[in-house]
Amino acid sequence: MNSTPRTTGRTSRLLVAGTLGFALAFALTACAGDPSPAATTAAVAAGQQAAALTITDPWVKAADSGMMAAFGTLTNDGDTDVRIVSASAPVASSVELHEMATNDAGQMVMRPKEGGFDIPAGGTHQLAPGGDHLMLMNVTTAVKPGDLVTVTLTAEDGSTVDFTAPARSFSGGNEAYAGSSATPTPTPAAS
Amino acid sequence: MTSDQLGRRAFLQGGAAALSGAALAVGGRVAWDAATASPATPPAPSDAVGQSVIPFYGERQAGVGTPPPAFVSLVALDLVPGADRGALVRLMRIWTDDIARLTQARPGLADTEPELALAPASLTVTVGYGPGLFTAANLERERPDWLTPLPPFSIDRLEDAWSGGDLLLQIGADDEMTIAHAVRLLVKEARTFTTVRWVQRGFRHSPGTTKPGTTMRNLMGQVDGTRNLVPGEHDGLIWHDDGPAWLTGGTSMVVRRIAMDLDTWDALDRSGREIAMGRRLSDGSPLTGTREHDEPDLEVVNEIGFPVIDTVAHIRRARSGNPDERFLRRPYNYDDPPAPGHLSNSGLLFVTFQRDITTQFLPIQRRLDQLDLLNKWTTPIGSAVFAVPGGCQEGEFLGQPLLQT
Repeated sequence: MNSTPRTTGRTSRLLVAGTLGFALAFALTACAGDPSPAATTAAVAAGQQAAALTITDPWVKAADSGMMAAFGTLTNDGDTDVRIVSASAPVASSVELHEMATNDAGQMVMRPKEGGFDIPAGGTHQLAPGGDHLMLMNVTTAVKPGDLVTVTLTAEDGSTVDFTAPARSFSGGNEAYAGSSATPTPTPAAS
Repeated sequence: MTSDQLGRRAFLQGGAAALSGAALAVGGRVAWDAATASPATPPAPSDAVGQSVIPFYGERQAGVGTPPPAFVSLVALDLVPGADRGALVRLMRIWTDDIARLTQARPGLADTEPELALAPASLTVTVGYGPGLFTAANLERERPDWLTPLPPFSIDRLEDAWSGGDLLLQIGADDEMTIAHAVRLLVKEARTFTTVRWVQRGFRHSPGTTKPGTTMRNLMGQVDGTRNLVPGEHDGLIWHDDGPAWLTGGTSMVVRRIAMDLDTWDALDRSGREIAMGRRLSDGSPLTGTREHDEPDLEVVNEIGFPVIDTVAHIRRARSGNPDERFLRRPYNYDDPPAPGHLSNSGLLFVTFQRDITTQFLPIQRRLDQLDLLNKWTTPIGSAVFAVPGGCQEGEFLGQPLLQT
């Protein structure tokens, strides 16, 4: 998408528009009957790193149990690089930071990414099916398509940022896992 | 992208954003004039049709008062057993978000073919609610009286394959690629909530083949839709502007699939065809006038005393003395593969929008059921009704005032 000046122009426009879509996603965060939109600001803990991060077009692959991947484009609006080292989510017992890699048998597998995700100052880092992503492990609460899932990212300096991602039915992202023995993401069975 | 290209693109998109509703027809006219004007006028960009954008957010859903694009897919869906109001809230969040993206030339959120979203071609997606949705959502008290299957008519030969539905997506655009992508994305995102009941695909002339604003022709060769309601002029007959919040800015939709017997129609000469309609085939003018939009004079008789517009001509029977008994017609042609042994399988997707089906649509339908020369060659084989909820603003989802009551 970024190979020519023309598409670069389009991409930057999409990012702006995407931010608006992000605002929409957040406005939709509220549960049914609760009209108040969720806060979009970063919850700054120990340091300041995470405060520079925004996420565009976040979403998760709906799952009743097992593993559930989360995606989106992380943008660092600050002057210093940010490194995400861990994540958590209320609907899962843990969250891993994954990358795709070729194993000894020559197959593409996903595995925990050592050192976490680096988001350069003024740059972006894409989390997408087939690439780096967050993996919610051992989902404890079934997440249906259209549900909203909150995920907390923790930066190297201990600062955190929350985002809320809508769940979608998605058939892709079925990469084999080279980490612990977890079951693949099941397709949601009912509405 | 050169600055010149950027400028033109920005102009087109800015124009589309600034205008709304029927005013967009002006944009189409501008594009046409620019493409056909003297060399002094800068030509429209070669992809102007593909890059044209219709705003999504607003008091009303697009796809009713906006100019009809060349192609449409009507997708009726049924809710799966157990889908309740909570499920509908989640489905409408998903659809609203994806429709807002796709219509503005952006890929859906989990779009697996994002490149197919980059030519919106005036894409609009209109969501309708069938009677069954209100039952599933335990909102029977909110179902308008007119939202019920049409009563049976003697001319009907309805098939289940083209009738009913809990939900409707009317997906229109000036490009079939755009429609196929939107249909696929919206249907697969809904797969845990719904099953597809039927799909009806329709078409008119492609962009650039006729002047914008030209009344469409059907496959019987007739100018079809001359005396139509005009959005912006007859809004009181099209839209709800009061009543329940979810219906404010909304309307009702009737979808009738009308099969045409083109083989027997072929046996009729031009004068017979014009008598059946009451209009000329050449330009759609009434047999008592000279131009398409001349008011037909139903009283005029010929030299031997017979009415010039036949007593059972379609346009006489389709008229009512009550000016409120009118509706907005937004029809499309269909031409599907014929059954073995048949030459064709053609007809009309007769799509209408009106404030109230009972007081506007049904009186006319009853008149045509009783008597209409065209009934000899046309047969309704599908029928469905939907409520079209009002539009939404950014941060809201379609149907929110209904589903979150």
